[in-house]
Amino acid sequence: MSNRSLIGEFTKGLIEENATFRMVIGMCPTLAVTTSMVNGFWMGLAVIFVLTFSNVFVSVLRKVTPDEIRIPVFVILIAAPVVIVELVMNAYLPDMYRVLGIFVPLIVVNCIIIARAEAFAYRNSVIRSAFDGLGIGTGFMLDLMLIGAIREFLGTGTVTVGSMVFPPKPLFEPMAVMLTPPGGFVTLGILMAVLNILVQRSASKKAKVEA
Amino acid sequence: MKFISIMLAGVLTSNFIFMQYLGLCAFVGLSEQFETAIGMSGAVIFVMTFASTVAALFEQFILVPFGLEYLRTIAYILVIAAFVQLVEIFLKKTAPSLYKALGIYLPLITTNCAVLGVAMLNVKNDYGVLWGTVNGLAGALGWSLAIVIFAGIRERWKFMNIPAALKGFPLALISTGLMSLAFLGFSGLFKTVLN
Repeated sequence: MSNRSLIGEFTKGLIEENATFRMVIGMCPTLAVTTSMVNGFWMGLAVIFVLTFSNVFVSVLRKVTPDEIRIPVFVILIAAPVVIVELVMNAYLPDMYRVLGIFVPLIVVNCIIIARAEAFAYRNSVIRSAFDGLGIGTGFMLDLMLIGAIREFLGTGTVTVGSMVFPPKPLFEPMAVMLTPPGGFVTLGILMAVLNILVQRSASKKAKVEA
Repeated sequence: MKFISIMLAGVLTSNFIFMQYLGLCAFVGLSEQFETAIGMSGAVIFVMTFASTVAALFEQFILVPFGLEYLRTIAYILVIAAFVQLVEIFLKKTAPSLYKALGIYLPLITTNCAVLGVAMLNVKNDYGVLWGTVNGLAGALGWSLAIVIFAGIRERWKFMNIPAALKGFPLALISTGLMSLAFLGFSGLFKTVLN
């Protein structure tokens, strides 16, 4: 059982237990859909929805789920919200659905969602699980948007949000390689390395203050 | 001709790891040792090939005739999970030595997005049962090629002096990126062969 406050359950997903940079899971969509910030936003929104509902379903049924067959049960409980997202997206956002392609149905096998079901929702109350799902999902969405914004900026020279384009004209020759798979791998690798350096710095500062 | 083009595409030009980002968790997680990588490759080749057959049969004889295409995601994941379980039981009884070699990797494959991904791609490309199976085999071979090469590279890290901030995942991702850049070069070759 977790002893955080409800707000704490939400905010831990943003930094402390961030899916991409701290737990390093669910990497396939992280790299595949982040060719622009808007793609990252919609993919993130889909994951928030699925994660919140799958966490709630798993938590509601946690006392009647036999231990031996819990993984197949989780998979079915996760598949239900994924199908809902798929149908809704196909109906109301057909263009985005086409861009995200098979990665929308593949949310079903995303490690983040199974990991949260197994590690959190199966052991905690319904309300806590809902906040945990919202928090981890929001953290994941912010990761996707950050990576998407960096790749879009370097790859096309601008970042487009709706009808706004920033900066209005590319400031440099766009590097198209950032939009291809190699660019995705390298961007995420360098971001993680930078984060590691920041964490080490703050840790050594803390050590100095204590000494 | 179609056989050659599907095989070439699966292994080189649209390699699952380097070009389509499928099955990355297992790729990074199980590539630290050469033997582990080989074991996982065997299991993936076996499961992915036959899972695409089973999924394509399911599509052709159950989902389409009854108009249930909208349940595809749920149906496929259940079919794959059941298939993996079946393979596990079958191997345990009939080929214990093979089971010992692949056993621990089999449950991991259920949540490997490459297996569900190839089944989805087969539907998207309208491949049917036969070509779907070929595509599954090709994708699995490409995945195995990637993880075996990568495991070879990773084993050498032990003797190198790596900056602390790059250790582990960051360096793994950057080297995957460089390998992916190399595989990008194959796209030209494929066009030449076809024309």
